[in-house]
Amino acid sequence: MLKVSNLVAGIEESTILNGIDLEVNAGEVHAIMGPNGSGKSTLASVIAGKEEYEVTSGKMELLGEDLEGLSPEERAHMGVFLSFQYPVEIPGVTVTNFMRTALNETRKARGLEEMPANEMLKLIREKAELLEIDRKFLSRSLNEGFSGGEKKRNEIFQMAMMEPKLAILDETDSGLDIDALRIVAEGVNKLRSKDNAIIVITHYQRLLDYIVPDYVHVLHQGKIVKSGTKELALELEDKGYDWLKQKTTV
Amino acid sequence: MDLKEKIVSSFLAFEDSVDLDSSVHELRSEAIKKFEDHGFPTKKEEAWKYTSLNALQKVDFSLFPKEGALDYKEVKSYFLHEIDSYKIVFIDGVYSSYLSETTHEGMDICLMSAALTKPTYKAVIDNYFNKAVKDDSMTHLNTAFSKEGAYIYIPKGKAPHKPIQIMHFSTGSEAAQMLQPRNLIVLEEGAEAQIIERHQNLTKNEVFTNVVTEIFVAERANLDYYKVQNDRDNASLVDNTYIDQKSNSVASVHTFSFGGKLVRNNLNFYQDGSRIDSVLKGITLLGEKQHVDHYTLVHHAQPNCESHQDYKGIYADHSTGVFNGKIIVDQIAQKTNAFQQNNNILISDKATVNTKPQLEIFADDVRCSHGCTIGQLDEDALFYLQSRGVPKKEATALLMYAFANNVLESVRLDALKNRINGIIADKLGVELGFDV
Ligand SMILES: Nc1ncnc2c1ncn2[C@@H]1O[C@H](COP(=O)(O)OP(=O)(O)O)[C@@H](O)[C@H]1O
Ligand SMILES: [Mg+2]
Repeated sequence: MLKVSNLVAGIEESTILNGIDLEVNAGEVHAIMGPNGSGKSTLASVIAGKEEYEVTSGKMELLGEDLEGLSPEERAHMGVFLSFQYPVEIPGVTVTNFMRTALNETRKARGLEEMPANEMLKLIREKAELLEIDRKFLSRSLNEGFSGGEKKRNEIFQMAMMEPKLAILDETDSGLDIDALRIVAEGVNKLRSKDNAIIVITHYQRLLDYIVPDYVHVLHQGKIVKSGTKELALELEDKGYDWLKQKTTV
Repeated sequence: MDLKEKIVSSFLAFEDSVDLDSSVHELRSEAIKKFEDHGFPTKKEEAWKYTSLNALQKVDFSLFPKEGALDYKEVKSYFLHEIDSYKIVFIDGVYSSYLSETTHEGMDICLMSAALTKPTYKAVIDNYFNKAVKDDSMTHLNTAFSKEGAYIYIPKGKAPHKPIQIMHFSTGSEAAQMLQPRNLIVLEEGAEAQIIERHQNLTKNEVFTNVVTEIFVAERANLDYYKVQNDRDNASLVDNTYIDQKSNSVASVHTFSFGGKLVRNNLNFYQDGSRIDSVLKGITLLGEKQHVDHYTLVHHAQPNCESHQDYKGIYADHSTGVFNGKIIVDQIAQKTNAFQQNNNILISDKATVNTKPQLEIFADDVRCSHGCTIGQLDEDALFYLQSRGVPKKEATALLMYAFANNVLESVRLDALKNRINGIIADKLGVELGFDV
């Protein structure tokens, strides 16, 4: 699904990602953990094509296709979805209208007809139900005045709408209380299939109790310093990150 | 001969067409003298620092309109034709009865030329005509040649049950044409009106419009005024609007500036009473070499009043914008709440905007807030939308809508809101498939 090799990227003044190798296959869930500032969000943004970051070397492939030079929307059309750590507020554009635009633009890019309005509405309602989102919510302006939890739930609702091949969830658990976390995690689990893959970025083991990963990677100073199975997450929960940090400085 | 000389020397010819014994004509005669003394404003004047009328003065404008002909279907798209409305329509400055829909039933929605000449209107004209204006050269120029325009008189407690559209079309009947419409709008106590004004050039021939609109909003009256400026790039407009409000009245003016070569909006509010609310909102969306200068003045002359100004500007290509917002709070105008906001986005590094609040506050117990920003598009927001599959162009458009949205929100005519949405989408070259 996704193959990242020796990825080095950053902003003009500094390198943030220092040679990342990551291979995610269809049907898998990978967790990326690591202390604040280790580069988790940057990695997510670089995969999704944020132009602010410059890729200085390395390669990213999605389904065998090189991502280099592709715009964020082109990557989205190929099936990449990023659930943002900090979703942006867009006043005046309702959740429904935004989803209609996003979905129809994606369909257009894939050579499909626009979805008929009634079908679209049905789909929106169905997915909103999946995430226990109130209907009133759908006619509100995108993320405007949403609580932290509402924003995250709305992100996963959008993921459900877009049905991505590769979903990257960046700290989707932060800001969620335990009930919301369960709803969101169940929503994500329902979207799992053998044809798609998910990368879960999180600080905490908590989310991984619900979305059980096949692999766990630890990012530190822009490098994956350790990879393992889900037991690694438990170990991190126990010991923190310090033992890993020491290992890398040695 | 430059334009000023031409104008001054043509006054004699103009006098052949009006009643010289009327009180209005005394005003005209004084006004032409004042214009002759002062001439066109120049960039040396602080108020005209960023807008030059020099190039216009080199054009050989014809001053007396020669009426062209128009079919409704040629201009239908400029009207809000989806809804029922009164219409006061002018073609090359001349009233067009077949495109208009006026009334005298319980109120007057008709013509200035009638109001200036017929005895039934004399009392209103004596009371109001030229009473709200300031000592301003472009206004004097208009007063000197005042003869035609819209006349709207809504008596106490009345409200026309549909909006009023004031439309000016230019058909290129002259190689270059100068128009000077003069409007008078009076809302008596508790009266209401919704008015839309639009100037539209239809051909390649140049047009220069210098319009004066005087509006009187009496106690508890409620006015909604919408200016739709989306003219061709050979049409220039100097709009002088004066609004005089009495206690407990609400007056709002929305100015949508989407086009024209040079547009100057002099928007003046005078609050002559208490618990008045004045609302000034604008969306400016320009490209190419377009230039729009918003020069607003809100004069708080009595206690316990409010004013709300919110202007959003989006500038592309080589376009230039100006926002100068002046607020005067007299010493007795305690407990004034005056808000002013001007936010701008430059989407080209060749575009410029000058924004300046100008506060003259002589009372001590007031709340005045003002803020202006000039920025670029929010890259994070753009990325967010793109990452959901929305192409950059459409994503940019969505963000523009989001930026300008709260100005549109207060438009109380759905048909107009849809129209403005359509114009914005068209300007941005996108099809959003929904109304925001
Ligand atoms: N656009 C940016 N400009 C400057 N510094 C950045 C930018 N994006 C990320 N960084 C820096 O890169 C490092 C990694 O940030 P980030 O990827 O957000 O970490 P994480 O998500 O793991 O907390 C931090 O030191 C952060 O300050
Ligand atoms: Mg982060």
